[in-house]
Amino acid sequence: MREAYIFDHVRTPRGKGRADGALHEVTPLELSVQVLSELRERNNLDTALVEDIAFGCVSPVGEQGAVIPRTAVLGAGYAETTSAIQVNRFCGSGLEACNIAAAKVISGEVDLAIGGGIESMSRVPMGSDGGAWPTDPQSAFHNYFAPQGIGADLIATKYGFSRDDVDAYAVESHKRASAAWAEGRFDRSVMKVKDRLGLTLLDKDETIRPETDMQSLAALKPAFAGIGAMPGFDAVAQLRYPEVEKINHVHHAGNSSGIVDGSAAVLIGTKEAGEKAGLTPRARIRMMSSIGSEPTIMLTGPEFVAKKALAKAGMEVDDIDLYELNEAFAAVVLRFMQALDIDHGKINVNGGAIAMGHPLGATGAMILGTVLDELERSGKGTALATLCIGAGMGTATIIERV
Amino acid sequence: MSYTTLTVATDADGIALVTIDLPGESMNVWNEALIADFEAFVDDFTSNDAMNGAVIASGKASGFLAGADIRMLQSRPSEISAEAYEATGRLSRVLRKLETGGHSAKAIAKEGAMAKPVAAAIEGLALGGGLELALACHYRVVADNPKIQLGVPEVQIGLLPGAGGTQRLPRLMGLQAAAMMITQGQPVKPQQAKAQNLVHELVEPGKAIEAAKAWVKANPKVLAPWDQKGFKFPGGAGAMNPAAVQFFIGGNAMALSQSKGNYPAIKAIMSCLYEGGIVPFDKALDIEVKYFLTLLAGPVAKNMIRSLFVNKQALDKGAARPKDVPALDIKTVGVLGAGLMGSGITHVSVKGGMDVIVLDRSAEEAEKAVAYSRKIVEKNVAKGKMTKEAAEAFMAKIKPVTDYAELAACDLVIEAVFELPDVKKAVIEQAEAAMRPEVVLASNTSTIPIGNLAKFSSRPDQFIGMHFFSPVERMPLLEIIPHAGTGDVALAAAFDYNKRIRKTPIVVKDVRGFYTNQVVPPYLGEAVHMVMEGISPALIENVAKNMGMPIGPLALMDETTLKLGSDILKSTKQEMGDAYVPSGLEPFYELMVDQLGRSGRRFGKGFYNYAESGERLGLWEGFADHYAPADPQPSADAVKERLLYAQLVPAARCYADGVVHDPQSADLGAIFGWGFPPYMGGPLAHIDTIGADEFVAVADRLAQQHGHRFAVPNMFRDLAKDAGKLYAKAA
Repeated sequence: MREAYIFDHVRTPRGKGRADGALHEVTPLELSVQVLSELRERNNLDTALVEDIAFGCVSPVGEQGAVIPRTAVLGAGYAETTSAIQVNRFCGSGLEACNIAAAKVISGEVDLAIGGGIESMSRVPMGSDGGAWPTDPQSAFHNYFAPQGIGADLIATKYGFSRDDVDAYAVESHKRASAAWAEGRFDRSVMKVKDRLGLTLLDKDETIRPETDMQSLAALKPAFAGIGAMPGFDAVAQLRYPEVEKINHVHHAGNSSGIVDGSAAVLIGTKEAGEKAGLTPRARIRMMSSIGSEPTIMLTGPEFVAKKALAKAGMEVDDIDLYELNEAFAAVVLRFMQALDIDHGKINVNGGAIAMGHPLGATGAMILGTVLDELERSGKGTALATLCIGAGMGTATIIERV
Repeated sequence: MSYTTLTVATDADGIALVTIDLPGESMNVWNEALIADFEAFVDDFTSNDAMNGAVIASGKASGFLAGADIRMLQSRPSEISAEAYEATGRLSRVLRKLETGGHSAKAIAKEGAMAKPVAAAIEGLALGGGLELALACHYRVVADNPKIQLGVPEVQIGLLPGAGGTQRLPRLMGLQAAAMMITQGQPVKPQQAKAQNLVHELVEPGKAIEAAKAWVKANPKVLAPWDQKGFKFPGGAGAMNPAAVQFFIGGNAMALSQSKGNYPAIKAIMSCLYEGGIVPFDKALDIEVKYFLTLLAGPVAKNMIRSLFVNKQALDKGAARPKDVPALDIKTVGVLGAGLMGSGITHVSVKGGMDVIVLDRSAEEAEKAVAYSRKIVEKNVAKGKMTKEAAEAFMAKIKPVTDYAELAACDLVIEAVFELPDVKKAVIEQAEAAMRPEVVLASNTSTIPIGNLAKFSSRPDQFIGMHFFSPVERMPLLEIIPHAGTGDVALAAAFDYNKRIRKTPIVVKDVRGFYTNQVVPPYLGEAVHMVMEGISPALIENVAKNMGMPIGPLALMDETTLKLGSDILKSTKQEMGDAYVPSGLEPFYELMVDQLGRSGRRFGKGFYNYAESGERLGLWEGFADHYAPADPQPSADAVKERLLYAQLVPAARCYADGVVHDPQSADLGAIFGWGFPPYMGGPLAHIDTIGADEFVAVADRLAQQHGHRFAVPNMFRDLAKDAGKLYAKAA
């Protein structure tokens, strides 16, 4: 069987996803172009060898519409023959794009491909594409639609995580992320983003606050209590979860993933294709999986997709040295650790999206790269990257170093 | 042209005045005859050059047009077919033809075709299809009379406004305002309608036709706003419009959280707004008719129409009143006892236009009824619902007394004293001694059989039971209980009184608990059984509420107090002696009431914890210490089944035993008496919906799993065998 290997990956730092964010002036096209260009430059890549590019993008409308990765391929000066596809699996898009790239390699469709993603949340706000899922009454009623934050609070309620539990997790995320930056653990994969003049706009994740502590988080009001009461998303969720007496609203801006701008790319191919391009394989993609889960609580998919991927790979929970689960909300990670009995020391060891932000379409590619870097730094062998996903899904990738 | 339901008079300007006036009906409604006449008129109007425009008006003083004829809706077949779609869409299509002048969308858009002007002249209520007719006119003139109601109340009988209402309203008012108006069904007054862009002109009452004609004359060629080039949906619509997206995300949640997904009309209305806002107008009308037909063919609308409209109207009119007894003109009512019930009865009696003499042991006690009403009317005055003068006049009709001799002035006396036989006896004897001999005495009791109390009466044929529900001014039901010796005069008096206080009356047999109190205790008991089995109280409460009960059974028990439940249990046991069969709930009451003092809200704690202020906090968490939590917990469906069948089975038994005499009374008694979910139409209507065979099969299974309390009466086994329907049988 053909195998897919990761040769390299690169990501932008994540800029605050607001008008005053460092990357707000950069178009999503330009951000994608810079990422693809950087991957080419640092690997001295003959882009004619890159056959296809899959890029995640969750709000593919406006300036992120019309298959942005193909536009970026042309803008980055890649070979005209490099095709591109835009992928949307909500928050799992970036990882799914890597899985698609790997699957194309494994199937023999291509020999060398790029997976990655782009989301400029400051410029194309979340939800810009509308969508039947929350808006069409036939869907919203049938699926008991409630926004992600309600699902996260429902997880905390159902599985017993208090406000202190989720806040403590958030404090640790900032602590780990700032320590990782201080030790230069992201140096290899994070590139500088430059402006039109070639001046550096951002070289470090913009939202990390190392001084975050329990006191400062305690001052924040729950973010979803309001919409829980009016228009009544709590009652909607309780139609699906009548065993819950009252939803305990514990999440807020400080223990949820930040809204940011960013892009990432991962170079994937066969060993032979790598040799031809002068690349050294860093890890083998051992298994890829996606799964659907209950859509109202929405964010419990990682547990199920991790189990599915492990089973397909013939592995046990303990066979994985490092887990990387997107920190969409603190309770998502706490529930995953609880369900699979995973020690905090083995998961998100360099922090995550609570500290550094979650550029929706790109995050999956970013965390796959992050956990690969950490395997190499710590001399470990296997890792599983996964994300919780809108409408109740999970996507996972298992890699092992070679 | 000749019509039976309308007249057309064309004036010198060529303006046709269409006056709708259904023969032999008190109110104009859309029935087959009117639809046919209207189709014929519109055909003539759009092709006849002698008519330059039209004004639509009503020949009834009662209003413009009150919607669809319910009998017509009831007679529509349940099957969905191309023919049914064709028939259901007739009204929508003829209104559209009137609006477009019969021109196609293409002719309007590409060839500049326009319609002859049509204006609605509205001098009285326009509801449902009546308002939809007006909305299809190009201009709406309404008499500026705050008593005029304009609205689309179809949702209240499980339907949607299916003649363009879900399309024209949002295009006039915007999505949010239209969604509120259509999903809640509340009418608006002319001033509000004008402010919301629903009507064009308000005029002095009596001048609507004149103003409408003037507009028609001045506007020889017109198009509806949505047929004009560049029409913009107010506030935006469509799948990519940010405001519309936000509206639907929130609006869906609000509609779903309030309806709990039990009312298909709510979802269909939201879908009409959503889908209709994306496609051209004619397609939007088709979509609306299709959703309307799915509702009309489904069980919810059928049950709601039958129970809440047809049956309620029949019962409210006093269908069971003895026909040959002349109507009793009640000017003054005597109320004995100024407690919670007596005060409530006093209040509704005054509200019904009667004077009340309210008697209690002391002046201080009797004054309580005055204070009770004063609190309510003062609130109404503060809210602007009542003038100060009206409030004073209201209060002047209440006369608190302590002397039985005052009862001589009363045309009817209702006793509402403590539920103790000795107290009742004394009061009945003293009252009858003072009352005029021909006057009827009614007893308000919820527990003591009327026949037992009638023994204290010197005129048992003039003695009857009336079971009011608390709070009296808010609860819409009255159980009327003749005992074996009650005469027609007393029964008629009860109905004549009820007509004044405008409750829905049901006649029930004189047995312990009457009707409602034979069903509610087993329902509440089922919830207690589940708590004792270790089923999560939160699950029980939420499932009940999600099923459509107004309040969870545990919260309800806290309100009525567990102490009451415990007392009834103890007294029943005492009364029955050796014949008493334990229900299994005795240890629970022993624990909650006698050991823990968790006797209900009034006592500060019960199933729930309560704040000092009486505010309900969370469920008590201590159940787990006494009843090991079930693992696994049952599914929500299993809990729902038990809570539902704990109402269906006792209601069926009451019907089989003749406690209620007809399905109509059983169903409305359930909906208005204890909040049985209206979308099911009532317990017996629901048994008809699911089929007696299904009902018997499920009840048998529950009886096997949980005990004899789910045993179904034989009458229902026979019904299942014949695949019979309760309503068919009764009708």
